[in-house]
Amino acid sequence: MSILEIKDLRIAYSTQAGPVPAVRGVDLDVARGEVVGLAGESGCGKSTIAGAILRLLPKETKVEGQILIEGENILDMSWGELRTVRWAEASIIFQGALHGLNPVRRVGDQIAEAILIHDSKKSEKEALSRANELIEQVKLPARRANDYPHELSGGQKQRIMIAMALACDPKIVIADEPTTALDVMVQAQVLNLLKDLQRDLGLSLIFITHDLSVLVDVCDKIAVMYAGRIVEEGPAEAVFETPRHPYTKALGAAFPEIGDLTYRMAPTGLGGDPPDPMLIPSGCSFHPRCPSAFADCPGNEPSLYPAGDNRRSACLLVDQENRKATT
Amino acid sequence: MPLEPFDQQPVFPEPAMPDSGPPLEEKIRTPRQITRARRRRAMSRFWKQFRQNRLGMVGLVVLVFFIVIAVCAPLFAPKSATTETEAAANDQPILVPPGWHCSQKLVTDPETGLVTRVEDCSDSAKVFYPLGTDGSGRSVSALIVWGARISLIVGLVATIMTMLIGAGIGIAGGFYGGKTDSILARLTDWFLVIPWIALAIVLASVLGQSLFNIILVIAITSWAVTARLVRAQALTVVTRPYVERARALGASNWHTITRHVLPNLFPIIFANTILTVALSILAEATLSFLGLGDPLSVSWGTILEQAQGAGATTGGQWWWVMPPGVAITVVVLAFTMCGFAVEEITNPRLRRR
Amino acid sequence: MTDDAFAKAPLVEARDIVVSFAGRQGALSGMLGAKAAEARAVDGVNLSIAPGEIVALAGESGCGKTTLARTIMGLQVPQEGQILLEGNPIGMKTKELRTYRKRVQLIFQDPAAALNPRQTIYESVAEGLRIHKVEGDEEELVANALSKAGLRPPQRFFLLYPHEVSGGQRQRVVIAGALALEPDLLVADEPVSALDASVRGEILKLLLGLRDDLGLAILVVTHDLGLAWMIADRVAVMYLGRIVEIGPAEDILTSPQHPYTQALLSVVPETKNVEQIILTGEAPDPTRIPKGCRFHERCQLVARGKAAELGIEERCRTEDLGLELAAADHLAACHAVKKLQ
Repeated sequence: MSILEIKDLRIAYSTQAGPVPAVRGVDLDVARGEVVGLAGESGCGKSTIAGAILRLLPKETKVEGQILIEGENILDMSWGELRTVRWAEASIIFQGALHGLNPVRRVGDQIAEAILIHDSKKSEKEALSRANELIEQVKLPARRANDYPHELSGGQKQRIMIAMALACDPKIVIADEPTTALDVMVQAQVLNLLKDLQRDLGLSLIFITHDLSVLVDVCDKIAVMYAGRIVEEGPAEAVFETPRHPYTKALGAAFPEIGDLTYRMAPTGLGGDPPDPMLIPSGCSFHPRCPSAFADCPGNEPSLYPAGDNRRSACLLVDQENRKATT
Repeated sequence: MPLEPFDQQPVFPEPAMPDSGPPLEEKIRTPRQITRARRRRAMSRFWKQFRQNRLGMVGLVVLVFFIVIAVCAPLFAPKSATTETEAAANDQPILVPPGWHCSQKLVTDPETGLVTRVEDCSDSAKVFYPLGTDGSGRSVSALIVWGARISLIVGLVATIMTMLIGAGIGIAGGFYGGKTDSILARLTDWFLVIPWIALAIVLASVLGQSLFNIILVIAITSWAVTARLVRAQALTVVTRPYVERARALGASNWHTITRHVLPNLFPIIFANTILTVALSILAEATLSFLGLGDPLSVSWGTILEQAQGAGATTGGQWWWVMPPGVAITVVVLAFTMCGFAVEEITNPRLRRR
Repeated sequence: MTDDAFAKAPLVEARDIVVSFAGRQGALSGMLGAKAAEARAVDGVNLSIAPGEIVALAGESGCGKTTLARTIMGLQVPQEGQILLEGNPIGMKTKELRTYRKRVQLIFQDPAAALNPRQTIYESVAEGLRIHKVEGDEEELVANALSKAGLRPPQRFFLLYPHEVSGGQRQRVVIAGALALEPDLLVADEPVSALDASVRGEILKLLLGLRDDLGLAILVVTHDLGLAWMIADRVAVMYLGRIVEIGPAEDILTSPQHPYTQALLSVVPETKNVEQIILTGEAPDPTRIPKGCRFHERCQLVARGKAAELGIEERCRTEDLGLELAAADHLAACHAVKKLQ
């Protein structure tokens, strides 16, 4: 059974200039123990989805569709039910987590706080000892619990954030750009840690980032987002090695394989910018920047067409190919 | 049929912004025109926002009222009405409350030589004193109107001096950093900590009593607050990459300060200036009240001083004591309200959502 | 042996650069004789850049690459060492740097922050021209620079403000501002890391184009080895204030000789088919530079016993060393390399 099912999610922020559609119809399933990668750039809606799963978006935001955690729709829950779900069933490691720690409290206390909020029956001592356990689980010595955030390095702070996310034994953890601000070596350490934890605890993980090459290493399945929609979905390696959507191809080209001579002195990129959510182009939202755009693209909005084994791609070219194959 | 691949189109996609600017032909102008047009647009935008701020508008109206009064002082009463000799020469009644009053005359009895005060209460001889008269017979309203000039001018000039010194030191410290900043910061702290009244009294007694000296004293005791504020803001501006870019381009320090640092400090300096005027007026009133002001000029502070000295506060002559007090309060409040309004506009974080 | 012995006659050369920052010292403890820890951000570096060459200065945060780049730019005064332009040392005072500035320009990491939000694009690009009082029709020079940076037609951009254009276009404006002075060397500090991933290639293509068409030399400071693979001729890898490996990009990135470079490359997500060497801990801070080879505390050769096998472990712990020849043009500061020469 899927731990998390997102069905036709539509989210629009309320701003002074009117509603801004951040997510425009997203379906996503995360099975038990599965690691799903959500790739995309600024403005594509991935962080919005992360916030929506735990209903952390601003009150005025319009959220439509369904988000089912273990079969129950989060969006329909009452405040009390929601509070039990938050952190105990699903937790988040936020983007910019390095600033997410209270600088005037010891990190052990902050983890213990997360535990006590959820289980007030536990005594402080129990909470602190559980916090120490968690800190060791993230491969830091338990005595670090007594440190203040400024005494820890970036990588160590990130591990504390991971420990905090695991405090209430959630079934699914959403990691929003967990390694973006870290050096390559520290990033490797943290990624390895996440992989080990996921395997040992049987966690489901949603990994959000713009770095496609990181996802290949960690995820079972990748969904690529653009302008509030998923444009390609499939097994991680397949999506990375043989992209079936021009955007995925362009995103992958930004992180070339070192040693691959085709990229030597030949950087490729897309002109323009990811679209402003207020001014999404007509038809296929990617067409103004697409190197393979053709006459149908500005007029027809593609849906996710089958593109191979367990793969889907929202590209009219894929649709054309499919039609040709069946004729 | 494939569209032209993106990198063969001119590398300027239509900006995905609602206002991509007016059409090409009408807009090519010289850089100076561009700067001027931009400034005009910024000012009208500011005014529009200010108009919406009720508190600011009330303050502005009050200020304009007082400025008009100060400027048009001669229309209300001749300057001579503020002198005691004139009042005596006109035999004006002493310490009378507001209203119509009989004029008085000194009549010398030709036979006995006795000088007596004779009241002439005929309709034609009655004089209206809107705020009564003071202990020397001067119309309080005339004093207020002429006092407005002194109070406002002293406030303004003292503020200009304060801002020049304070902003100058603040920017110098923030921009140059290092030893310069250490020294200037310590200097600023020193002036901040000294109780300003004590310093003011000492300075006034050393420098002597004159209007210019009051201005000097106020400037010397007030610049530190501004310097601190400006320095803090300058430190954030100076670290911004575009300031380093100017350095990388080869700009001299002067160019960087005038073209990049100052324009970004302008909003905070502007807001601070308005608030400083309020404080300067208050400071002038305080110093005059303490007797450190120019004894020959009439400001709201000196009116209060004289009223206090004559015992008007306990003697029940409210029309002598209240008007200058109210005037000071109202003007200071008005400046403060305007200052807050400006601060709210220039610092978006202070705005209510 | 200098590490640039094989480069062409250099355009800009950094010789024996040492940049250190004094730590903060409390007044009281200072009076009692305690000295603040000194942070040696750059600890003896030689680097030269030939005309038309693209050199990537790679390393993690804290290795000193940004400080070195800023020293080469003249924005940071080194405690020791010199910067030479075509063989002549440059003075470090503002006036003396003026002419240097026209030959060497800087591209910033965050284009949104690098442009004064109150100035139009025209004014931002024209600023350099006005500072140096360059002769000629200003409008034409600005238009030229914008065109060279790929913003066409340039007039369309004159009156726009930085926030009205896209991230990639903003970076092009910053590049145009640098190009307006017709420099010979561009120092690019993380030129694409603040841009969206799909846009990065365009800017990198532009930089390559500038080298090919205008003969510009470029020093790219980056933590992204994939970027170095895409555009660099030579790569210099820095660790804790020193260059630990330098050589042609293809050599360094496909057969690295220094253990640090090997470890870095193994963990970069873009490398495939290599066993990951994950170093323990994090880079020590520049106030506590280890004795001997500065990398020995984390070195996988020491940790896995390889150093002992080669008999160099003692040397790794006690002897500091400079760059040694590993292959043609390829230098690495490692005792193992020295031994196997």
